[in-house]
This record gives sequence, structure tokens and C-alpha cells, in this order.
Amino acid sequence: MSITLVIYYLLAAMILVCGSLSVTSGKIFRAAVYLLGSLIGIAGLFFLLENEFIAAVQIVVYVGGIVVLIIFSIFLTHKSGEEMKMPSTQRKIAGFVAAFIGFFLAHFLIHHNEFVATNNPKIEQSVMNIGSQMLDTNKFGFVLPFEVVSMLLLAAMIGAIVIAIKVKPKE
Amino acid sequence: MDGKFISLIVLLPLFSFLILGLFGRKTFKTFSGIIGTTSIFASAMIAFITAYQYFFVVGQTNGVYQKIIAMKHVWLQFSPNVSIDMGIILDPISVMMIVVVTFISLMVHIYSLGYMKGEERFSVYYAFLSLFTFSMLGLVLACNIFQIYIFWELVGVSSFLLIGFYYDKPSAVAASKKAFIVTRFADLGFLIGILILSFNAETLDFETLISRLTDPNSEYLHRIVSASFLGASALTWGLVLVFMGGAGKSAMFPLHIWLPDAMEGPTPVSALIHAATMVVAGVYLVARLFPIYALSCPAALHVVAYVGIFSSMFAAIIACTQTDIKRVLAYSTMSQIGFMMFALGVSSYGGENGLGYMASMFHLFTHAMFKALLFLGAGAVIHYVHSNEMKDMGGLRKLMPITHLTFLIACLAIAGIPPFAGFFSKEEILAAAFASNPVIFYLAIATAGLTAFYMFRLYFSIFWNKAEFKSHSRHDSHDEHHGEGSSSMLIPLIILGICSIGVGFIPFGNFVSSDGVALHTEFHPTFSIAPVLIALAGILLAMTFYKKENEKPNRLAASFKGIYTSAYHKFYFDEIYLFITQKVIFNLIGRPAAWFDRNIVDGMINLIGEITQEISTLIRGIQSGRVQNYAIYFFCGIIGFAVLFIYFWK
Amino acid sequence: MTEIPLQHILFLSTALFFIGVYGFFTRKNMITMLMSVELILNSVNINFIAFNKYLFADKLDGIFFTIFIIVIAAAEAAVAIAIIINLYRSHKSIDVDETNEMKY
Repeated sequence: MSITLVIYYLLAAMILVCGSLSVTSGKIFRAAVYLLGSLIGIAGLFFLLENEFIAAVQIVVYVGGIVVLIIFSIFLTHKSGEEMKMPSTQRKIAGFVAAFIGFFLAHFLIHHNEFVATNNPKIEQSVMNIGSQMLDTNKFGFVLPFEVVSMLLLAAMIGAIVIAIKVKPKE
Repeated sequence: MDGKFISLIVLLPLFSFLILGLFGRKTFKTFSGIIGTTSIFASAMIAFITAYQYFFVVGQTNGVYQKIIAMKHVWLQFSPNVSIDMGIILDPISVMMIVVVTFISLMVHIYSLGYMKGEERFSVYYAFLSLFTFSMLGLVLACNIFQIYIFWELVGVSSFLLIGFYYDKPSAVAASKKAFIVTRFADLGFLIGILILSFNAETLDFETLISRLTDPNSEYLHRIVSASFLGASALTWGLVLVFMGGAGKSAMFPLHIWLPDAMEGPTPVSALIHAATMVVAGVYLVARLFPIYALSCPAALHVVAYVGIFSSMFAAIIACTQTDIKRVLAYSTMSQIGFMMFALGVSSYGGENGLGYMASMFHLFTHAMFKALLFLGAGAVIHYVHSNEMKDMGGLRKLMPITHLTFLIACLAIAGIPPFAGFFSKEEILAAAFASNPVIFYLAIATAGLTAFYMFRLYFSIFWNKAEFKSHSRHDSHDEHHGEGSSSMLIPLIILGICSIGVGFIPFGNFVSSDGVALHTEFHPTFSIAPVLIALAGILLAMTFYKKENEKPNRLAASFKGIYTSAYHKFYFDEIYLFITQKVIFNLIGRPAAWFDRNIVDGMINLIGEITQEISTLIRGIQSGRVQNYAIYFFCGIIGFAVLFIYFWK
Repeated sequence: MTEIPLQHILFLSTALFFIGVYGFFTRKNMITMLMSVELILNSVNINFIAFNKYLFADKLDGIFFTIFIIVIAAAEAAVAIAIIINLYRSHKSIDVDETNEMKY
């Protein structure tokens, strides 16, 4: 067993354990921290898969952005140390059964599917390649989705402000 | 003969109805009487001109008065052969009828100017009168059996409206409903009869219908006669059912119960509708289809004859006991229509044998004159006395000399005293009955005697009896005046009085006969002796009882207590009908049907509703409003579809 | 690196995905539901990266999709949190079971 594989299993264990704890923990702040762990694990996995750029983005956006945002909103809406209301057992069972059936089905499919790799020459997944193809206007260029996503971000930002803004009571 | 010109007879009253009905209440108010009267006057003039042209200008072809279809519009086409037409037929009876209807209607219009003066709904009254005249003329001139049915119903509606004219009087409302329901019930038979006849003859047109059902070689006749139901042929059923419709409108036994109550309407209306015109529609209908009755189905004609004579006798007996003068007249009307009916019933088609037909039409004609006169006279009396009861009257002859005189003329006419109009027509009827059926003849003679008795009972009770008239209802200075109404009320009385004397001398047989060939009737003085004597006996009897106030009538009534009481109560027919409808039909049919409707039909609907509600309550839980539940359903659905698409639906 | 079998990576992503699904079904708190959604999105990201690496090494599409998913997740998180805060203001709670005015 190579060291890579060992690292992979450690990361996988970290991701799954943190993920599970994040969805079952009774305290919301802990759940957020477990989520953070899970996301960091995923970033590590990306490093392991030699995708440093994506790994960096994962850490910057998720760990540095979204989780912080979530933690802020937790502070805004909860008193610290408060226990969350836990779901009923019935609901837990129903959710578990549904998720398990789905997992079983998906795993079954993956297990029985032949994945065929392409024989074409590899392309290096460097930041330069990613950057040039993303802003490429030729065939296979991704500049249009890039622009669309920028519009989406703008719209989401405005939307978030509009939704969250405090309406002054009319005088 | 110009169809458009003739159609004005019908359309003028319609216009007057529309104008008065739409604008009368506000715009015209007091003028509405003049408008209605003018239009009916014009209509009557055109009718007279038409009659003159028909009988004297166009005249006979080959010795026969032809049927003329003056106008015909296809109104509803069912199939190439069957259609409902709106048209005008001119033949001796329809021409005679338009003259009668327009003339009587004109008289009544003029009379009403005085009688209804000051009435709040004056213009509505005239609108209804115009509507009635329009429908009656349409009925008379109908060239299609369905057209006659349409106008038949219109006549029923206007009769309903006019009977219930004083709608704040509960009795008038009840009477109008009764009249409508009873005639409607009879019309059901009429409609079924129409359907039977027209289904088999495959036409609705009168001429075609008659020719198809009277020609012995026609396949239609063969078919309708061979189809039988409950032991009688389809033709008999059809004709009897048509006669049922006629009997309903003409108040023949046992559908007569509405007519006496119909007297709740204004008196001129009674004169027009319930004496002279509408009630003879049944007679007219039978006369219109007379060739079929006479040539193809004598059995149905026998039904007509026996129903006619029975109604006649029955009504005459009741009339002797009634004390409400309008009711006496109503029963007398019923009795006289019975005369017309059985005259048709004893007649046969063509030549001398068609005497009864001609006599019936003649009696219809004369009866219209003197019965309208009687009603208008009674109206004048009621107008003055403000009561319908005989006991409130008496001794009016000096106060109302013209009314008295005309009323006397009418009474003599209806009693059949020569030379008044009724004498001639009644003689013809009796002669026809004598020639064909002795039983009917003797009953008819007895009825004629009764007629004379009750009419003069009425006459003496109103105008003699008491030495001096004492008003019960009003104690003002009214007694000092003479009691005649305004001139608009007197003129029709006088005109009708002259007619009641004069019209008997018209050689009626020359114009109207069953087959259109002029029928020359001979006057047999010897034959007339018996009826006239019986009539005179009746008059004398009435005179002894009622000329002076005395105890004889009460003693007579006491000695025939049973008959008198039951006749006074109209032989309890109202009660019987009430029993049948309320106890039998309501309890045995209506209640179970209502129960069925309420519990079974409604129950089914409610059951469906409750099931739906139950199910929805059950599945309402699914719509919990919890996003996560929805997510689970959604997810399970996706898994289901995934399995389905991957493994079962490759 | 290639000695990690693709199947194992896919097992990881599938497991993570259904952990997220389970969380989404059972959590009552909206913020934790949002976290579950983030887990789901991340599991998808893992898939994209793995497929790009193992099967379609001649392209960069998987990477681009991952980038876009991250961007959209960020936008979604921002809007979701705005909604949650707004809801908290009006209901004093971010419990999904209590926001049931539209029930039935």
C-alpha cells in the first residue's frame, strides 16, 4: 500500500467523519466547525489529485468565505451554547432509509459500471492552461459562462442585500 | 286576397300589445285605451273587408268555398316534409271566426273604456287584451297544427294574465293558477295528439294532414288505423287526445272546473275570453279537423257528442242553483259550448248530413253575440251594484232601462225564442240531433228548457224581484241617479243587442258548411213548436218563482234538498279534484318522489361529496407544509424513476 | 496518485452526497440545512475533479464545472443566508417547521 493511498484513506475518513458529525451534531456551532473540517479534507483531496488551483479555490471560497458567512449568520440568529431542536426518531429513520436506498443504488451502479479512460494526449491542468481556456473566446473557450456567472454573482449580491435589508417602519 | 293585408288583422293587436306593454304605463296612461281600441277597430274593419271579399268577391269555385292559403312562411324545418309554418288559412270557418273575434273584441275594448276607467293598471289591461286578441286571431287563422298549438298556449297565457288581473285578490290568483294548470293539463293531451297524428301522417300542415288522413286509399291512413293501442287505433287516440285539448279550453266535463273560477277576472274579460271567443277554441279545433273525425274515425266523434251533451246538461243543472250572476253565466257558457260540441258530434261530413257542423258553427256565431251581451250587461249591473250576488240585486229595471232591455234580448236569444238569434241556431242543432241520435235530442231539449229557466231566473232576480232597488254597499246619493254606465258602456250593449236580434236571419248555411257547399236549410215550423214551448214553460216557471220576492224558490230547494245542495256545490267536483290531487297524487306519487329525490338522488350526491372529503382529509396529511417532507417525497420519486429507467425501461 | 482507484473516490463522493441528503432531510434548523447542501455540492465537485483526472485527461471541462459550482454555491449561500436572516427577523426563529403559514 503506497503512502498516497494511505493519505487518501485518512483524508476520506476525515471527510466522512466530519461530514457525518456536521449533519448530526446537536450544537450548531460545532456542526459548522465539523463542516469546516470536511471542507478542508476535500481541499486536501484536491491537492492529492494534483489540482492545486481548485484546492486553493476550495479553501479560499469555502473555508474562507462560505463557512465564515455561515458562522456569522449563526452568531446573528443563535445564542451561544444553545442546543438545537433535534428531529424526531421517525424522521431520522425515514431520512436514513431514503438516503441509504439512494446510496445503495448509486454505489451499485458505480460498482457495475465500466469507466473507460480516453486515450487522447493529456493536457496539463496548470493554472495557466485553466486561465487561458477560461478566457478563451474560441471553440471550447469558457468566456461566455464566465461572464454569465459574473452576472449571476452580481445579481445574487444585490438580491441578498435587498432581501436582508432592514425596512424602516413608515412614519 | 292579399296575404299582407290580411296579416294586418293579426299584427295590429300585436303592435298595440307591444306599444302598450312597453310604453303604456309611463307614456300613454290614459291614451292606452284609445290606442288599443283604435288598433282593434282597424283590425275589425280589415276582417270585415276580408270576409266580404272571401264570401262575395272571390266566392265559390265549382259551388264550393275553397280553402285559401293567404300567406305561408316556413318557420321551423324539421325535414323536407315536416315543418312548422306560420301562415294564414282562409276558409268559411276561419273567416267567420275572425269576424266574431275582432267584433266582440272591439265591443269589449269600447266597453272597457268605461268599465275600467280609473283603474291603476289601465294600460296593462289593454296590453293584455291586445295580446289576447292577437293570439286568438293567430289561432283562428293558423294553417299548421303546430301553429295552432303555439297560439293555443299564448291564448292560455293571456287568459291566465287577465284572470289574475286583480292580483292582490287571493281568489283571483288562485283562479288564474287553476285555469292555467287545468288547461295546461289538457294541452298535454293536445300535444300528444298532435304528435300522434303528425308522426303518422308525416306532416303538420292542416290541408295535407286532412287529405292524408281522410283519403281511404292513403297509406298513411292505413298505417295509423292499423296501429292500435289499448284496443283503439292510433287515429282514435290521436283525435280523442286532440279533443281533450279542446275540452280543456272549452271547459267540457270533466275539465270544466276552471271556468267558473275564471270569473274572478274583470267582467269584460269574461265576456271576451270566457264566453265568446277563447272557450270556443275547442269547438273550432274540432271543426278544423272535422273531416278526419267524420270520415275516418266516427268513434272519436261519438266521444265528442257524449261529452258535449253531458257537459251541457250537467252545467245547466248547476246553473239553476248558483247565486253569483257571473257564475250562472259561466255555467250557461259551458252548457252552450256543450251544445256546439254535440252538434259537431252528431254531424257527419257533406251535404245534408253536415247539418250539425253548420249548426254548431252557427250557434258559435250567435252565442258569441248574445253571451258577450249577457256578460257586458252583467258587468254593467255589477259596476253599479258592486256585488256579484243575486240577493244584492233586484228591481233594477227602472234604474237601468237600456241594460235591462238588452239583457232581456240576450236572455230571449239564449232561451231560443223566435225571432232572436239563438232560436235559429238552436233549432238547427236540435234538428241535427233529432236526425241522428234521439237520446241526445231529448236530453238537448230538456237542457234547452233548463237554459230558459235559469236565464230568466237570473233576469228576474236582477231586474224584478224586489219592488225597489236598495243599495247594500253604498248609502250615498247614487240611488237618485239612474244607474246606467257611461256611453262607452252602453254603445256596445246596444250594438250587441241589435246583433242578437239580427244575426239569426243570416242564411248561415250558405256560407259555412262541412264541405264548403252551400247548405240550404229549411225552416220547419212544426218541428220548432216543441222546443219553443219548452223554453216558454221554463220562462214561465222562472217568472212564477222569481218575478216577485217570495218563498217558493226556498221551498222548492228544500223539497229537492239533496240535489239542490249538491248542484249548488257544483256536484263537488272541485272537492273531488282537490282530493285526487292533494291526497292521492301528492301522497302516493309526490311524496315518494320527493323522498326518492331527497334521500336517494341527493344521497348519492352527498355520498360522493363525503367520500371526496374523507379522502382529501386522509391525504391532506401529505400536504404538511414541511419542506423536508416534500424533499423526501421528491427524492423517493427520483429514486423510483431512476430504478424504472435503468432496469425496466432500457 | 493514480494508484488511488477511481471506485474509491466515487465511493467517497457518493457517501458524502448521501450524508448531505440525510442532513437535509433531518435537520430542522435552516442554517444546518444549508450546510448539508454545501456537503452535497462538494461531493459533486469531487466527482467532477476525479472524472476529469481519470477519464478525460485531455480536457479541462471538469475543472471549469467545479469552479462554476463553487461560484454558484457562494452565490446561493449568500442569498440563502439573507433569506434566513430575514426570516429570523419576522419569525424570531429559523426552524423550518415553524414557518408553515402556507400549509394546506
